[in-house]
Amino acid sequence: MDSRIRVFTGHFGSGKTEISINYALKLSKQGKKVAIADLDIVNPYFCTRDEAKMLKENGIRVIATSKDLANAELGVIPSETVSVFNDKSYDVVLDVGGDDQGAVALGQYNRYFKEEDYDMYFVINTTRPFTNNIEGIIEYIKDIEAASRLKVKYLINNTNLSYETDINHIVKGQKIIKEVSNITNIPIRYVTVMEDLVDKLPDSIEGEILPLKLFMIPPWRRFDA
Amino acid sequence: MADKVLMKGNEAIGEAAIQAGCQCFFGYPITPQTEVAAYMSRRMPKVGRVFLQAESEVAAINMVYGAAGSGVRVMTSSSSPGISLKQEGISYIAGAELPCVIINIVRGGPGLGGIQPAQSDYFQATKGGGHGDYRLVVYAPSSVQEMVDLVQEAFDVADIYRNPVMVMGDGMLGQMMEPVEFKERSSRQIPSKDGWATTGLRGRKEHHIINSLFLKPEELEMHNEKLRKKYAEIEEKEVKYEMYNCDGDLDLVIVSYGTISRICKNVVKMLAKEGLKIGLIRPITLWPFPKKAFEEVVDRTKYGFLSVELSCGQMVEDVKLAVNGRKPVSFFGRSGGMVPSPTEIANKVKKIVGGAR
Repeated sequence: MDSRIRVFTGHFGSGKTEISINYALKLSKQGKKVAIADLDIVNPYFCTRDEAKMLKENGIRVIATSKDLANAELGVIPSETVSVFNDKSYDVVLDVGGDDQGAVALGQYNRYFKEEDYDMYFVINTTRPFTNNIEGIIEYIKDIEAASRLKVKYLINNTNLSYETDINHIVKGQKIIKEVSNITNIPIRYVTVMEDLVDKLPDSIEGEILPLKLFMIPPWRRFDA
Repeated sequence: MADKVLMKGNEAIGEAAIQAGCQCFFGYPITPQTEVAAYMSRRMPKVGRVFLQAESEVAAINMVYGAAGSGVRVMTSSSSPGISLKQEGISYIAGAELPCVIINIVRGGPGLGGIQPAQSDYFQATKGGGHGDYRLVVYAPSSVQEMVDLVQEAFDVADIYRNPVMVMGDGMLGQMMEPVEFKERSSRQIPSKDGWATTGLRGRKEHHIINSLFLKPEELEMHNEKLRKKYAEIEEKEVKYEMYNCDGDLDLVIVSYGTISRICKNVVKMLAKEGLKIGLIRPITLWPFPKKAFEEVVDRTKYGFLSVELSCGQMVEDVKLAVNGRKPVSFFGRSGGMVPSPTEIANKVKKIVGGAR
């Protein structure tokens, strides 16, 4: 059974925020009481906090830096974050900043993770230059585990080339991630795919398919003519 | 053909520089360009080159000055307030006629401003941010792929003319992710640096001396004249621009560069559906400014030109100079990190041309 607390980590730019938002929406649709916490202290742009309004409209509690501090050069984590560990009525999504630097933000909650089980996901996109091979991915998993003092429980194949993604990218990524999975004994839990490509994925692919709707898009694609 | 990769603009700058043969990177972190330095810190040691996080922007640009003097390809990167700090060094580098590449991922100003995207460093980049009679070649890419291509071009142009070259993008371009390809490219003919680089005497009697000090007025004037001729040659040969939907008779031409030009392209498409014929001139070099693009359309553009910028009106002055009073020139801009929607821009266009057809 899934743990109440889901932690999304990965290499910077691997797609944690898109997955966190989509995952929170998915939990909410299942009728759960959901909280999403933006722990990204690395990225200045394209963050969960930018989608706070939409998430709230979907009945999701958003814990993120207040608007007046959202553009500070040093990331801020609201003190309210701790409440998701205490209030066990919530299903929780933690969107963590990239790399080991981002994962440091988790360290302060270590005593809560010792008291309660958690699912930590490691998001992988093999079209990203530093995670395009087995060694690179494993190096990042180790760095993030060390910085967060937590263990990765599941892998997510989020291989994509933004608006140029085709099925071959995902299948190629799956092959590399499968080998990582064999070496580390960490199972592939999800394979993400844009909603319109879901039907084209091979049936045999390991992991549950997580269809994605994108939110982190630049203004000219938001208002495409 | 190499496989495409997904990269942030800032990371792509780093990789493009490495592939262009950049031997040294000196930088200092500042949002929203820190990923350039982060990428270089990871990659440069792996390829046996130099990454150094300086103690300040001033130190970084002076390290660039030194490395450039020895003839190696060198780059630094910062964002607006940091680029202000580098200006003295940039002036010295231009004065000493040394090649280097400077990246500015622009945030809102003045002062510390804010971290969201802006284009308010246009004046600083194109009109001489530092002192003295000098020019920077300034490239303004609008996509991550173009960023890669222009960073590589920037190294060539810097070497060919022995002059600092700036690649300027707004914060959006630095932070967004797009697919990119690092193409096999044929480098332009690069002149030898043996005649001036400070690499030791190597049997010669005369030292190569890197200098921007000319105490005799006659000599300094001669030096300035030499630079002036060089800049005239750059204006002649290195202009880059894109013209979009500029054929035939036009109601109005939007002038816009960088990421905001991508919003303006949507405006052009939107207004075409309403029967308006709107063109777009996208300067790719901000200096030299693409005056000839205006010559091509000025006589067949009914209501003139609209400069759309993420600033309070800077490029619009160059548009006015290029149009030279022949047609009206208007301005629309947002600043402080605010990005206009296509509808906002379209409404401004309609106001000028008097509504839809």
